[in-house]
Amino acid sequence: MEVSELLRLSGVVIVVLGLLFKFNPLLVVLVAGVTTGLVSHLSLVEILEAIGNAFVSNRAMSMLVLTLPVIGICERYGLREQAEHVIKKIAAATTGRVISLYILIRQATVAVGLIIGGHPAMVRPLISPMAEAAAAAKSIKELPPSLVDKIRGMAASSENLGNFFGQNIFPAAGGVIYIVSTMSNAGIVIEPIDVALWSIPTGIAALIVAVARYMVFDKQISREIEKLGGAK
Amino acid sequence: MKALLSAITLEHLYLSAGIVLRICAIQSVADKKNPHRIGTGLFWLLFGLTFLTGNFIDPKADPAINRPYYIAAGSMVVAMTAIACLKKISVGFYNESTKTQKLEYRARFGNAIFIPLLIIPIVIFSLSIAFKINALIGLGIGAVIGFIIAICMTRPKAVQMSNEGRRVIDAIGWAIILSQFLAALGFLFNKAGVGEVIAVLVSSVIPENSYLMSVVAYALGMMIFTMIMGNAFAAFAVITTGIGIPLVINLFGANPAAVGALAMVAGYCGTLITPMAANFNVVPAALLEMKDKNGVIKAQLPMALIMIIVNIIFMYIFGMIK
Repeated sequence: MEVSELLRLSGVVIVVLGLLFKFNPLLVVLVAGVTTGLVSHLSLVEILEAIGNAFVSNRAMSMLVLTLPVIGICERYGLREQAEHVIKKIAAATTGRVISLYILIRQATVAVGLIIGGHPAMVRPLISPMAEAAAAAKSIKELPPSLVDKIRGMAASSENLGNFFGQNIFPAAGGVIYIVSTMSNAGIVIEPIDVALWSIPTGIAALIVAVARYMVFDKQISREIEKLGGAK
Repeated sequence: MKALLSAITLEHLYLSAGIVLRICAIQSVADKKNPHRIGTGLFWLLFGLTFLTGNFIDPKADPAINRPYYIAAGSMVVAMTAIACLKKISVGFYNESTKTQKLEYRARFGNAIFIPLLIIPIVIFSLSIAFKINALIGLGIGAVIGFIIAICMTRPKAVQMSNEGRRVIDAIGWAIILSQFLAALGFLFNKAGVGEVIAVLVSSVIPENSYLMSVVAYALGMMIFTMIMGNAFAAFAVITTGIGIPLVINLFGANPAAVGALAMVAGYCGTLITPMAANFNVVPAALLEMKDKNGVIKAQLPMALIMIIVNIIFMYIFGMIK
């Protein structure tokens, strides 16, 4: 392969190095974008135009802005506290069980084409406070910030895994349509329903892997609480 | 009802998002307790303006007409990047309720406080069933209805309504534009033909007579290229055309529906472990106010690695089932 071909990958190298050395991701993306544009012989103005074009066309990604005021107001009036209150009344609730139940619901609903999730709409206001409260209810002392961080990370993971591994089970999902149209562009005819059916085994496998991980996480939480000064 | 609802377009919702951000900008500048109130205000103003700029653009119009708007939006993105890199954006003061007040409110509202949030998925669902309204528009309408219910229930002061929204928006901070900016990078990568180069590189290292190795190359190619692009769809077209179709499907006669489905989720395994998928990994870490900005990726890494192995095995087996 010629050097000029490999030069096209310079943006990729900048992204990897930039993130590795912990530069501000926005700066990394900007430098990588400008470099990639320059090696494909675009002028700076054309690069600016391309960035503006793609940025504006992808505004849908930031629709979450509209949901934030609702969350903010509900939080002011005790949303988190109520989520914690509800979970503390359920003796069987553990962090792992809360997020396992969530991934189950998330995956089952997205598999039939329903969107009832999202980090802003579900995880921040409900799932993460419940998962934290389930652990806090079992500890005499307050949970250390590092453990709270891990619980939040796990709560976010249940949203992502449930969403990703459930969505293509729905035959009209964007991913399924995209697979069918990419294949048909190459002259290969497949049916959306077949793609959806072949997505079921991996969906089930992902659910099993995630729930197993969350059960192990419960054990890790119990151990940390023991070390901390004992469980209730 | 239907006519009224279908009159609501994405543009209206972008306009609303733009208004929310501009209110946020004004309040930020007025917030004397924010150490970088000008930078913060400017950041949200620019972000709000990019929403507005989009509404002037008709994608079907002559590209020459749209050009100045795109260049303006691109310049705003660069300016926002500068503000973030110079660390001129920060959190401020929001006159939050105290813990005691929150507990009092909790006792007063009980489970009713969930209604404004739970109404959002209900609206998305009913509008899509009853009027076939797109989920994104449903989300926007649901958020507006949720907001109205929330203020009718709790009756906060007007200034506090926007203060609370600003509190959550500030908590996310500059990371909020990362998803859109990365989409722009993906666009430039595409223009430069990054995908084709990667597909050639990957297919040049795999032995041509091994079905297992071509399956591994297809799945890993999907995962790695998704990690670079932050988007499995962008990776799918390139890697499927470069590796999946010529090798796995044409050479070894694998079932295209099965390998296609599994290649896409192999890409999703990549999405789980890359900061390039900002809206799934980086923004949630900010939204959940986590100390470790890579905390979501760290939580997902072991599960993603197990799932890529599972998907390779599935693709190998299911590919041969017709």
